[in-house]
Amino acid sequence: MSAARSPRRSARTRLLVFRVTVLVLTGAFFVIPLLSMLDFSTRVFGGDGRTGAAWALLATDPLLRGAIGTSLLLSLLTVVGMLVLLVPTLVWVRLRVPRLGRTVEFLCLLPLTVPPLVIIVGLTNVTAWLSYLFGDTPSWLAFLYVVLVLPYAYRALDAGLSAIDVTTLAEAARSLGAGWFTVIVSVVVPNIRTALISASFISIALVLGEYTFASLLNFDTLQVAIALQSKSNAQESVAASLASILVAALLLVGLSFISGRRRSGRAVVATAVAPTPTGPAPTPPQEPR
Amino acid sequence: MTADASPPAEHGSVEVRLEDLHRRYGDVRALDGLSLTLAPGELVALLGPSGCGKTTALRILAGLEEPTSGRVVVGGRDLTTVPANKRDMGMVFQAYSLFPHLSARANVEFGLKLRGVRPGPRRARALEMLELVGLAAQADRYASQLSGGQQQRVALARALAFQPSVLLLDEPLSALDAKVRAQLRDEIRRVQLEVGTTTLFVTHDQDEALAMADRVGVMNAGRLEQLDAPQVLYAAPRSAFVADFVGLMNRVPAEVVDGQVRVLGVALPALEGSVDRGRGVALIRPEQLQLVRTPTGSARVVAVSFQGPVSRAQVRTGQGTELVVLLSGSAAAGLAEGAPVDVRVDAAGLLVASS
Repeated sequence: MSAARSPRRSARTRLLVFRVTVLVLTGAFFVIPLLSMLDFSTRVFGGDGRTGAAWALLATDPLLRGAIGTSLLLSLLTVVGMLVLLVPTLVWVRLRVPRLGRTVEFLCLLPLTVPPLVIIVGLTNVTAWLSYLFGDTPSWLAFLYVVLVLPYAYRALDAGLSAIDVTTLAEAARSLGAGWFTVIVSVVVPNIRTALISASFISIALVLGEYTFASLLNFDTLQVAIALQSKSNAQESVAASLASILVAALLLVGLSFISGRRRSGRAVVATAVAPTPTGPAPTPPQEPR
Repeated sequence: MTADASPPAEHGSVEVRLEDLHRRYGDVRALDGLSLTLAPGELVALLGPSGCGKTTALRILAGLEEPTSGRVVVGGRDLTTVPANKRDMGMVFQAYSLFPHLSARANVEFGLKLRGVRPGPRRARALEMLELVGLAAQADRYASQLSGGQQQRVALARALAFQPSVLLLDEPLSALDAKVRAQLRDEIRRVQLEVGTTTLFVTHDQDEALAMADRVGVMNAGRLEQLDAPQVLYAAPRSAFVADFVGLMNRVPAEVVDGQVRVLGVALPALEGSVDRGRGVALIRPEQLQLVRTPTGSARVVAVSFQGPVSRAQVRTGQGTELVVLLSGSAAAGLAEGAPVDVRVDAAGLLVASS
C-alpha cells in the first residue's frame, strides 16, 4: 500500500513545486516593477536611507492635486453617463427589440477596434462643438470617455442581464402595476447591482489611466500630469504612477470582495476583467455565461 | 388610490369577454377569431397543444401582447388598448418570477406598494396572503431559499394580494414535479374559490384543466374548438380533435345509418358533430368498453397491465382493430394473454368522425 502511495505522493509534490514556481515567477513579474518604483520613488540620491519627499509632494503639488481632482470628477461623470446611457438601452433592447441586440453589441464594442488617436481625429468637429458649448473645462471629456468605456461596461452589464430572466421579471412587475421606470429602477437594477458596480469600477479604472485623449486635447488629467512631472521630478512622477496603480488595485479588490459576498449570498453575479490604469488599452473582459 | 389608502376593499368578480381576437405573426395565425366569455368568479381553463394560441390569448388579456384585431372587455370596460400595468390583473407565470432581491413578504407587498398602501396594512395584507397559501412561516425567505412549489405559492399570493379583478395563470405548475403539482393544483383551486376572482388558466395538461376548471376550452390552431364543463367535454366531445385531445380514445370503424352508429355489433345514437351518414370512425373511451369472457369470443386479449386501482387491457378484434379497455381489479383477475373475449360498448351515444 505504501508502495502505491509513494508515486502518488511524489506526483503531488511535483505538482506543488510546479505551482509554487509558477506563483513565484508570476508574482515576481508583477511585484518587481512595483517594488522598483517604490525603491526609486523613496531613494535619496547621493546619500543613504529613504525619503518620503516625493510621496509627500503628491498631496501638495498643485498640478498633481488639480489633476487628481479632474480625473476623479471625470470618473464620476463618465460612470453616471455610462449608466444612464447603457442600462435603459440594454434593458429596452432585451424587452422590446431583442433583434437589435447584435447591433447594439456591435456599436458598443466598436471603440475597441478604433485607436484613441483615430477617435480624437475623427471627433475633431465634435470636440470643437463641445469646447464651444461647455467652455474650456475638462468635464466634457466625459462624453468621449463614455464612448471609450462602452465595450467594457457593455460586457459587464450584458453579463448581469443575462444572469436574470429580465423578460419574466419585467412582465411580472408590469402585471402588478409597475410602469417602465419602476420596472427598471425597482426590479432590474437591484438584480444587476454587481454588474453595475463592476461596470462602474472598470470605467473608473479606465478613466484614471487614460492619457491619449486628455493629452491631445490639452487637459491636465492625472496621467498627463504624471507625464509632465516626469520631465521635472521623476521621483514624484513614479510615486504618482505607483499610487494610481494601487488605487486601481484597491478598486478591483473591492469589486472582488463585493462580488464574492453577493455570490455567496443570493444574488447572481456578473464579473468582468478590469484594465490596469496606466497600461495600454486592456483586453476585453470575458463574459461569464 | 391615495398614499394613505388601506388595502383594497373586496370587490365583486367581473365578467371577462374576449371578442373575435386575431393575432398574426407574419403568416402565422396564432389566434384566428377567438371569442370567449368568463362569467364573474368563474375559472376557465384553456387547454390545447403547443402553438394552439392559448398563451397568446392569455397574454393579450394581460396586456402583454396586442391583438391584431378584436376586443378585450373586462367588467364592461374595453381594455384592448390599456397597458398591462393599468389592467388590474394578477398573473402567475410559468417561469419562476419572484423578484430575487426581495423576500417573499416584500414580493407580495410589491403590488400593494405600487397602489400606495401604507406599510402597516401592506405588511398585514402580505402576511394574510402568505397565510392563505400556507407560507407565513417563510415570509422572510428569498426566492433562492424557497422550493419551486413554494415560489409559485408566493407568486399566487402576490398576484392576489391587491385583489385584482382577474387572475391569470400561465401554466404555473408545469415546472413542478408531479406530486407538488397535484398538491398545488388543489391549493390554487381552493384559494380561487375562496377569493372568488374570475380566473383564466392556461395549460397543456388535461388532468389539471379537468380537475380545476369550472369550464374547459379546448383550442386548436388559434380557434376554440369546444368550451364546456369538464364532464361534458369528456363525455360528449363535439369534434374528433377534442375527443382525441381529452382523455384516451379508441378509434373503431363504424357506420352511421339514420342517426344510429353501428359499431362492434351494437347500434347507438350518434352524438352531435358526428358524420351524417356512411362509414366513419367511432370514438370510444376505454371505460365505455367491457370485456366478456367467452370461449367463442371474436376478440383476443393482447396484454394486460396492472395500474393500481384499475387494469388496462389491450384487445385485438376479429377485424384487426386494437382497443384499449380499462377494467376494475376484479374484472381483470385471471384475464390471460390470448384469452378469447367479446367486446361490448356501454355508452349513451358515440361521436363518429370521418375516417
